[in-house]
Amino acid sequence: MTKRIILGAIAILLVIAAAYAAFFIAPEERTMGLIQRIFYFHVSSAWSGFTAFFLCFLGNLLYVWKRDRKYDWLAVSGAEVGLAFTTVVLITGPIWAHPVWGIWWTWDARLTSTFVLWLLYVSYLLLRTLVDEPDRRALLSSLFGIFAFLDVPLVFGAIRWWRTQHPQPVIMGGQGSGLDPTMKAVFFFSALAMHVLMLFLVAERYALEQMQTETEFLTREVEAQ
Amino acid sequence: MKNLDSVFAAYVIGWGVFFLFYLTIAKRTSNLRAELERLKNSLPRAK
Repeated sequence: MTKRIILGAIAILLVIAAAYAAFFIAPEERTMGLIQRIFYFHVSSAWSGFTAFFLCFLGNLLYVWKRDRKYDWLAVSGAEVGLAFTTVVLITGPIWAHPVWGIWWTWDARLTSTFVLWLLYVSYLLLRTLVDEPDRRALLSSLFGIFAFLDVPLVFGAIRWWRTQHPQPVIMGGQGSGLDPTMKAVFFFSALAMHVLMLFLVAERYALEQMQTETEFLTREVEAQ
Repeated sequence: MKNLDSVFAAYVIGWGVFFLFYLTIAKRTSNLRAELERLKNSLPRAK
């Protein structure tokens, strides 16, 4: 509990510092101007969402292998937190796109695969509400979660493999891509801050799932008496 | 300061989503804690 409070406090401080850096330290981009500052929030949220989905994937794999409930707790925590981060990506993206492209949304490979990713993890969470028996629920959702994660590399690669309306990558984008060194430093600091926030939320959600299992166990004991 | 409103909206809505998500976790935790307490109290009576 205390460790989670400390992690939460660190996350808040880092996130405030990252917002300050994005607005006051990063230089203004020449063609887009102020609107480009959404990039630091949007891309670092996307990366943190990917990491949360990876934690879910890891939990799913380990559950299928070891059948230990704690891996299912990790998986559902990663899925919910990843979904929150992807929701932020799907909101901030169109807010950036409207003044830059003149449209809120287009069905290109990156945007469509991200929307599909969001739908897959909504389905993962819905699936969990449909199965009452805990072990069966954990196994079915693990199998679905392993399948859902296949979309993550697709989202990551979409702007590298296909021509899209979405901008080409400026980080890990190969020759001819890149960022101003100060912009790059601010971006990586923002990504760090968002990852700490993501870990804090996963830890909170994991504790909730642990408590849920304890409640289910006690309810069965009370009912049995 | 062109597009300041859009940048402001993106950050505020984004933080709003995270804050609401955290609130739902806190609310569910508080409900479960109360339920756990109730169950723990009912166990000795059942025995």
